[in-house]
Amino acid sequence: MLVNRKLILAHFWLAFAVFGFALTLGAWQMFIRSPIGTWLSNPELYYRSLTAHGTVMGYVFPTLVAMGFGYAISESALEQRLVGVRWAWTGFWLIVAGSIMALIPIALGRASVLYTFYPPLIGNVFYYLGVVLVVVGSWIWVALMSVNLRVWRKAHPGAPVPLAMFANVAGSYLWAWTAVGAALELLLQIIPVAAGLKATIDAGLARIFFSWTLHAIVYFWLMPTYIAYYTIVPRAIGGRVYSDSMARISFILFLVVAMPIGMHHTFADPMVGAGFKFIHSAFTALVALPTLLTVFTICASVEIAARLRGGRGMFGWIKALPWDNPMMLALAFSFVMLGFGGAGGLINMSYQLDASIHNTQWITGHFHLIFGGAIVIMYFAIAYDLWPHLTGRELIDLRLIRTQLWLWFIGMIVTTFPWHWVGILGMPRRMAYFDFGDPAIAPQALSVTFSAIGGFILLASGIMFIVILARGMRAPLADAGPYRFALAVHQPATVPVALNTHALWVALMIALTLTNYGYPILNLALSSGTSVPAVYVGAQ
Amino acid sequence: MSTRDLFTFSNSHFRIGVGITAAILIVTAIAGFIVLPFAQPWVQFANVWDAICSAAGVPQRAPSVTTPEQSKRLSEVVLTSRTLARPSQEAIGRGATLAQRCAICHGPTGISRADSPNLAGQYAAVIYKELHDFRSGARTNAVMSPFAVNLTDDEIADLSNYYAYLPRLPAYHPTPQLPKPNIVIYGAPIRGIAPCGACHGSLDNKTGSPWLEGQSEAYMKAQLQAFASGERRNDISQQMRNIARAMTPQEIEQAAAYYASQPPDVVKAVD
Ligand code: HEM
Ligand SMILES: [Cu+2]
Repeated sequence: MLVNRKLILAHFWLAFAVFGFALTLGAWQMFIRSPIGTWLSNPELYYRSLTAHGTVMGYVFPTLVAMGFGYAISESALEQRLVGVRWAWTGFWLIVAGSIMALIPIALGRASVLYTFYPPLIGNVFYYLGVVLVVVGSWIWVALMSVNLRVWRKAHPGAPVPLAMFANVAGSYLWAWTAVGAALELLLQIIPVAAGLKATIDAGLARIFFSWTLHAIVYFWLMPTYIAYYTIVPRAIGGRVYSDSMARISFILFLVVAMPIGMHHTFADPMVGAGFKFIHSAFTALVALPTLLTVFTICASVEIAARLRGGRGMFGWIKALPWDNPMMLALAFSFVMLGFGGAGGLINMSYQLDASIHNTQWITGHFHLIFGGAIVIMYFAIAYDLWPHLTGRELIDLRLIRTQLWLWFIGMIVTTFPWHWVGILGMPRRMAYFDFGDPAIAPQALSVTFSAIGGFILLASGIMFIVILARGMRAPLADAGPYRFALAVHQPATVPVALNTHALWVALMIALTLTNYGYPILNLALSSGTSVPAVYVGAQ
Repeated sequence: MSTRDLFTFSNSHFRIGVGITAAILIVTAIAGFIVLPFAQPWVQFANVWDAICSAAGVPQRAPSVTTPEQSKRLSEVVLTSRTLARPSQEAIGRGATLAQRCAICHGPTGISRADSPNLAGQYAAVIYKELHDFRSGARTNAVMSPFAVNLTDDEIADLSNYYAYLPRLPAYHPTPQLPKPNIVIYGAPIRGIAPCGACHGSLDNKTGSPWLEGQSEAYMKAQLQAFASGERRNDISQQMRNIARAMTPQEIEQAAAYYASQPPDVVKAVD
């Protein structure tokens, strides 16, 4: 039952519009710092672009996808009209206003601080206020998801919450809590300095706050993708979810262990004690667990689909899968990229190995493979799957959709594999210019050129994606029927309270945040002499 | 069962969830705070508490070893956003009176004919810092140091504000404007040299760095060489020494010649 289609479409269209904009900037960045581009002699322009690209891709685009998808899940999984539609539109317009407010100072070169803020570098205050508005807009969504679930529970006492909604609400709680770190950094530290009320800032403390957000935000980006793995893919390829409980356990594990591990982003920082780094490193290892559970469960679900279609043998069933179905293709590509990206992640999380790739192009290669690759390709799949239900029109050109997915996959591999490689060779990230004439890095010119070519393949694929959706708005009308999610092999009649509610896991998430972050934060907040003078962008 | 019953030890999910989480936390904490610190044979801890504090990152007072005597003074200038904020007309007037004794080298309009730096329209923060450094001995110059030793803090602020207030005039030795050399716009990333223009204008400006357009070529060359040899050392955290040391003699020539050839009206209008 999708009633508020306009609301959902507005979120998706805004998401994909800003995505197209930031994608173009990304391709330009790749090109301009590669040997095939002619350097424009102004690193400031590069950092402007990088700030816009990172801010949009990190904060605006995935948040809008999660929100739009969340509203769609709430209406269709609960079969209940969205409660609080007016609030939902308020959240949407806050994000529009925040994005514009942030992008203007970036465009003027007044906020080239990159999306990680990088204090003591301080940009124009409106940039940060814009980011805050985006986050506030998304918090409205968090509240609405919770309220809608509560309303449904009242009407269905004791009934199992549909898996899609259970996971969606888990994702929204994760986001609500993980955004608190950056919010504290912005409100207590950066904005007072940017507004001229203070002239010094504790950059070490700011980095700790940011790490609170930076890791779990990745799992917030991942949530729509995982929800699609469990609740869309099996239905779309004619199978069933292998285990409903396994799915629930994965999502609650994300809540508990995705949050208190962010200090693996501060391994190289002196202001955090080695003991805390070790604890965070150990918990980081645990976060592989829900991903491994997911890979197992989804492979099993896919096998069920194949066997239902007549697949036989130990591996022979793979041939029986519906490979011309875009959802099947997207899932396979996503898993391949998740596999490679996950292997790279094991290196990042190891205290010692991290030292060799810290702050190199390896890192950018890694998160583009996971985020831009494994995650975003499923965002495409979600949009393709929902589109006919939102527009009431059919997406006819399956061949074009398959080509688009293939191009994104190939483009991502061509871009990120050489990107990792030059990182291992020691090429630093976030550099505007490389002198490939220098014998020391001349051998890397070829790899960087490949990456840039991959960037253009991705741009082409991104444009195709938007064209397909736009054409879908004008295709002939066709009733797609109600929007449904995959059923489990054993569809549960009852679910234990612990796996039907979030309270216990949210409590554990908050408790672990306190144990793992409490002392490092208090230590810096209460010590004197830890602040440094702010460096204002473009000031003299 | 309601949510309230969930938070009791009679609920097995609660027992297992909380139990496993707490167990992992305790095991990793023991490993991270006790076992691993002692596994480092090169660090000595007095007792377990000492090891725990070290692993937690408790700030520790460095053992009281005598720091080696600093043979030369370093810059101690502190500049906040209020130090030179909004000078009054009187302050600028006082600066103008004081500046009469500087005019013999730096020119009556702040433009030098003597290969001394031009000061007209220079950033106040820059003049403020250099005068303080001359006064403290962090920077020395046979001609300049005697002028600076007797200045008071207020006089230094007034002079800085006066020169910053003067209009930026063309230099006395204009040469045809040269194109930007690589070192100014690209730097040399492989040798760890940021572009000159990233701090000194042309691309961007960073607080405390002077704009250089129209300065004497001989003066700039001499300063770069002094930074490279370590003769001049009032740059905070060796920012300029690190760069000048890594520059080739040709790059020093190119950068000096380029900036000398620029008219002051190309100074980036950021202030
Ligand atoms: C959905 C896809 C993408 C997402 C979510 C994404 C996200 C990001 C983020 C968060 C950053 C960090 C910004 C920073 O370091 O401040 C970044 C950097 C960057 N991205 Fe993307 N990006 C995507 C696609 C692309 C594509 C397709 C390209 C190339 C065609 C690209 C090129 C770059 C480049 C060159 C950088 C800067 C790396 C550096 O200099 O350190 N991105 N991206
Ligand atoms: Cu992380």
